[in-house]
Amino acid sequence: MNNYEYIALVILLSMLATFATRIFPFIVFHRHKEHPIMAYVSKYTPPMVMLILVVYILKDVDFISDQGVYTGIAMLATVLIHWWRANPLLSIFSGTFLYMLLLQTQWLG
Amino acid sequence: MMTSDIFKTTLPVMFGYIPLGIAFGVLFQELGYPWYLATLMAVFVYAGAAQFLIVGLLAAGAGLFEIVVSIFLVNSRHMFYGLSLLKDYGAWGFRKLYLIFGLTDETYSLLTTISTPDGLKRQQHYLTITFFNHTYWVLGCTLGALIGSTFEFNSQGLEFTLTALFVVLVMEQWKKIRQVKPFLIALLAAIIAMLISSDHMLLLSIFLSVVLLIGQNIKGIRDE
Repeated sequence: MNNYEYIALVILLSMLATFATRIFPFIVFHRHKEHPIMAYVSKYTPPMVMLILVVYILKDVDFISDQGVYTGIAMLATVLIHWWRANPLLSIFSGTFLYMLLLQTQWLG
Repeated sequence: MMTSDIFKTTLPVMFGYIPLGIAFGVLFQELGYPWYLATLMAVFVYAGAAQFLIVGLLAAGAGLFEIVVSIFLVNSRHMFYGLSLLKDYGAWGFRKLYLIFGLTDETYSLLTTISTPDGLKRQQHYLTITFFNHTYWVLGCTLGALIGSTFEFNSQGLEFTLTALFVVLVMEQWKKIRQVKPFLIALLAAIIAMLISSDHMLLLSIFLSVVLLIGQNIKGIRDE
């Protein structure tokens, strides 16, 4: 097997492995769409996953470091702006702009 | 609702996916592969964490079996994502298969948080969002592999868009559901998962939270 056959196989198999995880519930629970447990789980899973994604994306941030402080400030700003204007794009871009500004100017010195 | 409005919905994902894709492309071309293989990977694999893992495994000269098992494990959290979309993806067909193929963390987050505007078919709305996000990822990965490490631009910190996106989506989910329960369960699951294994925290905590969710209300589910 040469290097190109190898990488082609890697791409093909990675595609299948990824797709398998994504299609799994659609096949397994196809006949149980109306089951009360499915309705219950599908209602509460998105808020749970969203909070878990926030924890996940922050898990390696050291909140005592400069970068951690910038992250904390930018998150607080995002939350406050979103609370105030309820405009997702505005909140996300203001928070990101503030974060980039703090980080690139090394605001804490 | 025009396509341009849907485009606006996906903008935060664009600002997250393009730099992240570039980072992948840069790493990938350092292995000595031609740029279009990065494009192919973005088109056909379309997974963030998994593609970075592939770079690591390729660099280490891992075997095919090891790669497949690792990718499957890294992406197995996606098994839980479809649960909330069983009814929304429409009838089986090419469109549904594409929607399932494109179910990344960010696409899942958008689809389950925003509501489809009146006068627009849900499947069409979902397809447009999924396709836009996929395109950003392909663009980013391709760009990174093409320009390699020759191009420097100060995008330092731009990755915060995805953090901000998830923070805003938590708030939007709160507005939708107005119950503390799912957030408390998720927090508890995340803390337990972190204590068990920080590296596998994402899959572990999603699995745990679904188990806890069902477990704490096994009798009351029918009344919900």
